[in-house]
Amino acid sequence: MSSDLRDLYQEVILDHAKRPRNFHAMPAAGRQAEGYNPLCGDRETVFLDLDGEVLKDVSFQGAGCAISTASASMMTESVKGKTRAEADALFERFHDLITGKPDAAGGPELGKLAVFSGVREYPVRVKCATLPWHTLKAALAGAAAPVSSESEGPAAESGGA
Amino acid sequence: MSSAVPEAAVAYDVAALRRDFPILAAKVYGKPLVYLDNAASAQKPRQVIDAERDVYERCYANIHRGVHWLSVHATDNYDAAREKTRRFVNARDAREIVFVRGTTEAVNLVAQTYGRQHVGPGDEVLVTGLEHHSNIVPWQMLCEEKGARLAVAPLDDAGDVDLAALERLLTPRTRIVSVAHLSNALGTVLPVRRIAELAHARGVPVFVDGAQAAPRMPVDVQALGCDFYAFSSHKLYGPTGVGVLYGRAELLEAMPPYQGGGDMIRSVTFEKTTYNALPFKFEAGTPNIAGGIAFGAALDYVSAIGLDRIAAHEHDLLACATARLSEIEGLRIVGTAREKAGVLSFVVEGVHPHDIGTVLDREGIAIRTGHHCAQPVMDRYGLPATARASFGLYNTRDEVDALAAAIHKVIRMFR
Repeated sequence: MSSDLRDLYQEVILDHAKRPRNFHAMPAAGRQAEGYNPLCGDRETVFLDLDGEVLKDVSFQGAGCAISTASASMMTESVKGKTRAEADALFERFHDLITGKPDAAGGPELGKLAVFSGVREYPVRVKCATLPWHTLKAALAGAAAPVSSESEGPAAESGGA
Repeated sequence: MSSAVPEAAVAYDVAALRRDFPILAAKVYGKPLVYLDNAASAQKPRQVIDAERDVYERCYANIHRGVHWLSVHATDNYDAAREKTRRFVNARDAREIVFVRGTTEAVNLVAQTYGRQHVGPGDEVLVTGLEHHSNIVPWQMLCEEKGARLAVAPLDDAGDVDLAALERLLTPRTRIVSVAHLSNALGTVLPVRRIAELAHARGVPVFVDGAQAAPRMPVDVQALGCDFYAFSSHKLYGPTGVGVLYGRAELLEAMPPYQGGGDMIRSVTFEKTTYNALPFKFEAGTPNIAGGIAFGAALDYVSAIGLDRIAAHEHDLLACATARLSEIEGLRIVGTAREKAGVLSFVVEGVHPHDIGTVLDREGIAIRTGHHCAQPVMDRYGLPATARASFGLYNTRDEVDALAAAIHKVIRMFR
């Protein structure tokens, strides 16, 4: 694999894509939301057990590319046990990382999520990485309608032949 | 305005033809470009690029309006492109060639004119299960407006349309049949002539979406027996923003205009407007003049090579690619119809098409990944998406080898 592809598909990402963690439904969790990426047809459902302000448990199910599956898997690990505000702040930091924005001082530690830094070189894949996070936000908000990755801004592609 | 006959047309010299396409010399991430996304849009030969520039540099003015030299010559050149189009599809009369923005606009035009005139509550529009969204949504919009129903002829597992089912779906309520000539997602060639016979036996007209077929096989609208045939310039090595609607003159004559405006009128008073003759009745406003003329150059270019020879060349590439990709363990070709052309869709076990696309891209190989604007096709085969390689007149067997090698690399990476 060429070095820049290795930046995108890091071992940790490939591992989570092949063996996603927290990959199961939680119908009794109380909250769930569906995310859809019309570009690649990815669909994933995020399940959330919210205890007051704390994300007590998070899981997901669905079919997606390696980036969106790994992102969902690592997201569930990262936000479990965090408060709603902490999860929001983490997404903001994560979003800055993959869109190549400079680090803001005082943000939360990204930890393992830092392996997604290579996504910044692949702008069309940003939506893949953020889809589970947008879906989690929708679950937190209790949104009923599926979220689309198109909330990430102008569609890179949604038509054509 | 005549474009040079490509030298390579004498023998099918693909290396010489490639030199006509400046972009094919490009490098992507330091690798030679392997462009296998021709079903989305084809690249342009120098003859087309030169023709469009030539319009603006030497012979540009608005058409059908001026008495001055430039307008007269621009009009002549634009009309010449219409005549070239007539010859290209073997229409009886250039009045049957309506210039539009693309295939999508052609479908909308017919749905909003012929469709609104003839489709009423309880009526049916018949399509097939492999249609592109642009041959579904305009009819759905019409059906919704009229309280009509969209009927869909199903596909078998190979990707062929079930003709017996299609015949059963032709009911006394069917008002129009609209089918692709060649599926953009599966590569299936539809038996359009047979479908037209079945429909005509019941007095139902047939619209054919020829967006994928027109660049890949000779099209003769009279031999096909269709009533409407639409295709786009940009998939036919011409500029974007130009398309063709062929319609039988009797039908076009009886249809109301699509849009109102300049050029489509004969006379206007505040009380009454009389419409212009064919095809101008359907061409309101200033058209894509330079694009239309350059489209004529694209038709000259492919006609000089010969659509039958382009078809044979792409058939060879498709056969070669099918053989090479079939050897790859875990790869499954989606769409194995009896007759195919130009398009090869596939999935690889355990690897999402989007990841295939990204890895291939870094090898300089451009393919399409996703639902190909044919979500019902993806649903039919239970797939979220496929990867698709689609060929053009300039692709080579070496490029097929590069594709196969890159897919092996993808598998090594993700297994």
